[in-house]
Amino acid sequence: MDQPNETVLRARNLRLYFQTRRGPVQAVDGVDFDLRKNEATVIIGESGCGKSSLAKAILRLLPRNAGTYDGEVWLHDQNIMLLNDESFRKEIRWRRISMVPQAAMNALNPVMRIGDQVSEPAIVHMNMTKEDATKSAVRMLEHVGVPIDFLHRYAFELSGGMRQRSALAMALVTLPDVVILDEPTSALDVLTQASIMNLMKRMKKELETSFILITHDIATSSELADNVAVMYAGQIVEVGDARRFFTKPLHPYSHALMASVPRLRETIEPEFITGQPPSLLNPPTGCRFKDRCPKRFDKCDEAPPMFIEEGDRQVRCWLYDDAIQMSRPEYQVVA
Amino acid sequence: MNNDNGHMEISHTNGQALLQIKDLHVWYELKRFGFGHAGYVRAVDGITFDLAQGEAIACVGESGCGKSSLMKTILGLNIPTKGDVVFDDTSLSATKGEELRQYRSKIGYIQQDPFGALPPFMTIERILEEPLMINGVTDKEERRRRIAKILEEVKLTPINEVLPKYPHMLSGGQQQRVVIARAMVMNPKLLVADEPVSMLDASVRVEILRLLRKLQESHNLAVIYITHDLSTVRYFSEFIFVMYAGEVIEFARMEDLLDDPKHPYTHALLDASSDPNADNALVYREIPKGEPPSLVNPPPACRFHPRCPHFMPGLCDVKDPPNFEVSPRHLVNCWLYDPEVQATNLESISVNNAV
Repeated sequence: MDQPNETVLRARNLRLYFQTRRGPVQAVDGVDFDLRKNEATVIIGESGCGKSSLAKAILRLLPRNAGTYDGEVWLHDQNIMLLNDESFRKEIRWRRISMVPQAAMNALNPVMRIGDQVSEPAIVHMNMTKEDATKSAVRMLEHVGVPIDFLHRYAFELSGGMRQRSALAMALVTLPDVVILDEPTSALDVLTQASIMNLMKRMKKELETSFILITHDIATSSELADNVAVMYAGQIVEVGDARRFFTKPLHPYSHALMASVPRLRETIEPEFITGQPPSLLNPPTGCRFKDRCPKRFDKCDEAPPMFIEEGDRQVRCWLYDDAIQMSRPEYQVVA
Repeated sequence: MNNDNGHMEISHTNGQALLQIKDLHVWYELKRFGFGHAGYVRAVDGITFDLAQGEAIACVGESGCGKSSLMKTILGLNIPTKGDVVFDDTSLSATKGEELRQYRSKIGYIQQDPFGALPPFMTIERILEEPLMINGVTDKEERRRRIAKILEEVKLTPINEVLPKYPHMLSGGQQQRVVIARAMVMNPKLLVADEPVSMLDASVRVEILRLLRKLQESHNLAVIYITHDLSTVRYFSEFIFVMYAGEVIEFARMEDLLDDPKHPYTHALLDASSDPNADNALVYREIPKGEPPSLVNPPPACRFHPRCPHFMPGLCDVKDPPNFEVSPRHLVNCWLYDPEVQATNLESISVNNAV
């Protein structure tokens, strides 16, 4: 086994609730995860499970109705949750952690030229001069495979794939430690999707950057993942390395999610998950997946802690409690 | 199976066709400064196929390959520039006014984005009632009965709770069920489904695909399933054709195409689609260079030749490839499968076996 890379980002008990008239929405509820250097952690979940809110919480891009917002986010050895808003903006946002927003191809400013747009973060966050910023923008655009003559074009003159590449260049131009990618390929065609994935694999190797990839597309996520975190109803229910996750998921929800993916090269009939994810306004007590879980038993009414399996995999399910496995062998999970 | 200009002609229905697309061309005129002719966008350029009652066909292609133009023409929203669409013995190019409206009412349409397709200010009841009102079902009781029946079929129950709701109060999967119910409420013979599951979560996708499959069987519907995601095709259709730059480049039974693709572009599409597997992270995928061509000035002869890894200079960029029938009902529009080329060109034979 190689020595694991050093940890770049650590989230501990991160919470983000939104205030609404009907009460707090617990979008991110006590999330823990680690991100190591030159690696990618994929956060998988259905829509409404809080995965985009998690991105916002890490980057402190809070909407006006944000309520509870606490926990720890360690970037190297600094707890960035302790910074005030102004120094967070100056020192962290885009300089150290940047983001490619959801539907990035439509997130570009329609009235700015691509070159200006990509160099803007360098001017604003790195205090570069216009010339230096343009130079680094050119370098980054070359890196992501956008032809240099696109520098003076507007977003609408570019194809979807090229726009996505430009958005990626914008996030990378400040050479941050961490890039958060929110559904980077979901609006693209298969071939463009694959070439963007190729590009990100190359970026991960060549630059000193780690990625957090947020997606609901399990098949494409496996293209980039070193680690996988499965999110359900505001909580992370399983974390582990990608290889073992994709061959043998632990949590019943991860099982169901994997079984629901239509396969191109196999003829297994996919299965869907019955029921709907719970509302985050009043999440059920105990295990949040229990109402849809095929393996539910009496213990599930209590909130499960994270259990450690196989050394470094974590799973939030009572089935992995040693005491329960001893007393009720019929509940042992066989994959 | 070739017509005189080399376009693919797909006929497998032995004259029992519900829908016939005959050498269909859909071109959009480009104007300069609002007037003055500046060329055409050749969105659909010579497509021919048949579809029988109760049969499902999938149409696969990237954005900008003309699949939406094809679909809109079948729905009667575009006028064919050349060629014709014959649906249920009505010829689209000869239909106007009231007849065209009737033509449209016999085809159901399932949109890609359910939230965008449902008017946010209408209740579900009103949404489902509207097609019936437009098509002259004046009896309120009759409308109620038909709505209740279709909601039962798409499993949106309890009906009385669903009807007064607005679209935003439903989940994505439920919204898509409303869209399907709306498409089905006129009892169409043909359903056009434009990426019906691409906006949905993985866990609901399969459920919606099964629902469509069930409706297709119980109503003996013909279905055209348009998608760019090859992994969902296996669960849905008997036949599949691949479009590139306005033309059909390969047609086959679903299993034949997925298990034994012939055209280099189909290969590329299949290679680019991933199944969940940790090994994916270790390899770079082979992607054909470049991007799909502009449809104003498509490349001459084979339109894929500038991106093709097996490009044969002097042939692919000069002569339009005809369709080769590599096995029964498996047509491919590529010179690699010309017996003469295969005999003279050793490389293409090794390609044939290797890829």
